[in-house]
Amino acid sequence: MAKIAISGMGIVSSIGMNVEENFNSLVQKRHGISRLEHIESKLNNSIFVGEIKLSNKELEAQLGLDQAHNFSRTAMLGAIAAQQALKSAELTTEGDQLLGFVNSTSVGGMDMTERFFYEFLISDEYQRFIELQNTGVNSKNISDFLGICGISTTISTACSSAANAIILGARLIDSGRLERVLVGGTDALCKFTINGFNTLMILSDDLNAPFDNNRKGLNLGEGAAYLVLESEKSLQNRGKQAIAYLSGYANTNDAFHQTASSEAGDGAYLAMQKALKKAELTPTQIDYVNVHGTATPNNDLSEGRALIRIFGDCVPDFSSTKAFTGHTLAAAASIEAVFSILALQNQVIFPNLNFREKMIEFDLVPVTATQDAKLYHVLSNSFGFGGNCSSLIFSKHGE
Amino acid sequence: MEELKIELKNKLITALNLEGMTADDINDSDPLFGDGLGLDSIDALELIVMMDRDYGIKIIDPKDGKTIFLSIETMAAYIEEHRNK
Amino acid sequence: MKGKCYINGIGCVSPQKTHDGSFLEEVIDFRNASVYEVSKPDYQKYISPVSVRRMSSAVKNSIVASSMALDEAGVDDLDAIITGTGFGCIQDSEKFLKGLIDHDEDFLTPTPFIQSTHNTVAGQIALLRKCRAYNFTYVNGANSFPSALLDALLQITSMEANTILIGGVDEMAPHTRALFQTLGQFKKNDTEFDYLDNKTEGCTSSEGSAFFVLSNEHMEETYAEVVDVFFLNNLVSQDVKTFTIEFLTRNNLSPNEVDCVLLGKNGDLTFDVVYDDFSSLFPSSNQLVFKHLFGEMLTAPAIALWLSCKIFKTQSIPKSLALDVPRSSVNYILIYNQYRNSDHSLMLLKNV
Repeated sequence: MAKIAISGMGIVSSIGMNVEENFNSLVQKRHGISRLEHIESKLNNSIFVGEIKLSNKELEAQLGLDQAHNFSRTAMLGAIAAQQALKSAELTTEGDQLLGFVNSTSVGGMDMTERFFYEFLISDEYQRFIELQNTGVNSKNISDFLGICGISTTISTACSSAANAIILGARLIDSGRLERVLVGGTDALCKFTINGFNTLMILSDDLNAPFDNNRKGLNLGEGAAYLVLESEKSLQNRGKQAIAYLSGYANTNDAFHQTASSEAGDGAYLAMQKALKKAELTPTQIDYVNVHGTATPNNDLSEGRALIRIFGDCVPDFSSTKAFTGHTLAAAASIEAVFSILALQNQVIFPNLNFREKMIEFDLVPVTATQDAKLYHVLSNSFGFGGNCSSLIFSKHGE
Repeated sequence: MEELKIELKNKLITALNLEGMTADDINDSDPLFGDGLGLDSIDALELIVMMDRDYGIKIIDPKDGKTIFLSIETMAAYIEEHRNK
Repeated sequence: MKGKCYINGIGCVSPQKTHDGSFLEEVIDFRNASVYEVSKPDYQKYISPVSVRRMSSAVKNSIVASSMALDEAGVDDLDAIITGTGFGCIQDSEKFLKGLIDHDEDFLTPTPFIQSTHNTVAGQIALLRKCRAYNFTYVNGANSFPSALLDALLQITSMEANTILIGGVDEMAPHTRALFQTLGQFKKNDTEFDYLDNKTEGCTSSEGSAFFVLSNEHMEETYAEVVDVFFLNNLVSQDVKTFTIEFLTRNNLSPNEVDCVLLGKNGDLTFDVVYDDFSSLFPSSNQLVFKHLFGEMLTAPAIALWLSCKIFKTQSIPKSLALDVPRSSVNYILIYNQYRNSDHSLMLLKNV
């Protein structure tokens, strides 16, 4: 495939409200995991989360929304990150029908629905939030806010969502349907997902420890991140340079279980294999893997086995950054795409926090300190419910 | 104990939505998972909630479910011993 | 290399009897109904009792519709499964949320949570077929299905994929329906109205699943060629006429070459006028409507695509769909749909 240029990015997460803050937290090993504060839940004192410590009111103010807005928290986080991405690409949206938007979310407007579910029927005060149950409305709020007038859509494939938004964006550029496209994902914490993951008994009551032998599960997080993908032609016309390239991608299905990954990581293996093929790269050319690494017993074992199947004895340097941000579900893949690009730009590998002891099943040890490295190609994995597996390969500008 | 076993069978059928089955279709020693009744890990999580809600038994590690939920017999025995509801 | 995209198999579960091979020979009358219920197929024929026990209607209907489409096309090996859904698995979402609120976060069970994710349908089809291929789900209001179709069209015409299963699916749940009635988006219960001469606001919610096997190979079973699909959230800088003419021009077609336009009119006084603007471009085409028979769901464009396939195959237009005297041969069909003057989509199909 023709490499797809990346010309901008934006991010909000529990370790920072922009690209720079996120980068600083990563290299200085400052995680964003804490107790849950903005939501009243019975689980407040039993779980940890990657929460953005800004209230909805503060987010509204940051975006300059008026009183009558119907943004969910998910959409507000998305709008902030998406606005940054466009700004960093130095793009304006007005009248640009060849600039599109591929959003992704799993939570959508659930944070509002769960607050007013019964109240909606008796009081009209919050009824404007009802239509957020139509998930597309959340994306529409973001695209209207930014004035995007090209093709716009939303993907929801659980924890791989944003990777798939990036894949569709690449396809829209590749086919010539769009010249520029904002791609990524957003999810806010809400009671629905917190309790949902709790019923699956995969939430840790401690800081999540990816690839550690005694890992106890994941911490949920919230955040949003977007990339601007752009055709080479459009970049040239604007006299801009790419910050990095998307050189390969693939999506597959594990077809094993609705929530669990297969023993040997079949879907993950296929996703990595196909992404490498698409990028026309051999496994040895991958310098760093930003693994999915949710820190659940099942994921890390399955992903580790898939890594060994692809890379054999030469598994590249790898780390999970979920110990910093928590698992941000639909946003995870775009947040980690930003981290992968930051790694390429700064030639640095971010540490896998909280790792103490390698898993008994194999010999894989993640990078645990901020480490300088020569990086040309970075692989980023994202796997989700419904067996959904995605792998993306980012390459350094000029490679 | 016999009463508990029948109660469990009926609860299983309702909780897991085993349409068209009756308590008579499940033998006390039939394996509930795998080749027996064909239940899976999601059902195990459902049963963990049922144990807590109906019998006040908290199962912290889902792996423990494997031995407790082997059959109606093992489940009933475990409940008899640990119940506080 | 640029290939063509053919529809080689179709399957549909809807409020009408679309699952039994017939084509609206017999029509179920939903006049003044407050909800369009699905005409149920024999689920047991398609799904084993062990699998069926956790499935909501969206999943069940989709398993049936997708099996029908795959059987017709005679394919097993898929390069992708792509679905679109407006509300997703709203029944299980509602069930889990009610449990959470009613019992104050206690004794929640995982099944409705697992089944509530938007990609449940596509994931379940993959799981049942052991299909490890590309698996996407679009959730973008009334443009969810057109998004799925665009993704598939790009993959098929670029020869990245040979055979793709796509589908549009929606279900409704009681509380959510009540909320949208409160909002005025759905008609209140017991509203009396005439769909084709409506004087009331809102639409009537419906459910259903329509699936299609797309391929770059023309076969004896082929129903139609998907020529193009396009959609926008809003028509800000242009009106519906410009939007449509630009689309046709890109496809080297003039309005008088379009034999039928299939309109997504849903009986909402306020928003159906948008279709009148669109229709005025096509004075010589047959004007068809379908939502009086099928109700409104966000993935209704999938139902419209199914109807178009049937029209091509039978080269006949059921009287119940036509606003004027139906013609006897159909070469091009253009489907136009929007929801509350938002999520505008065009799908262009050609007889082969």
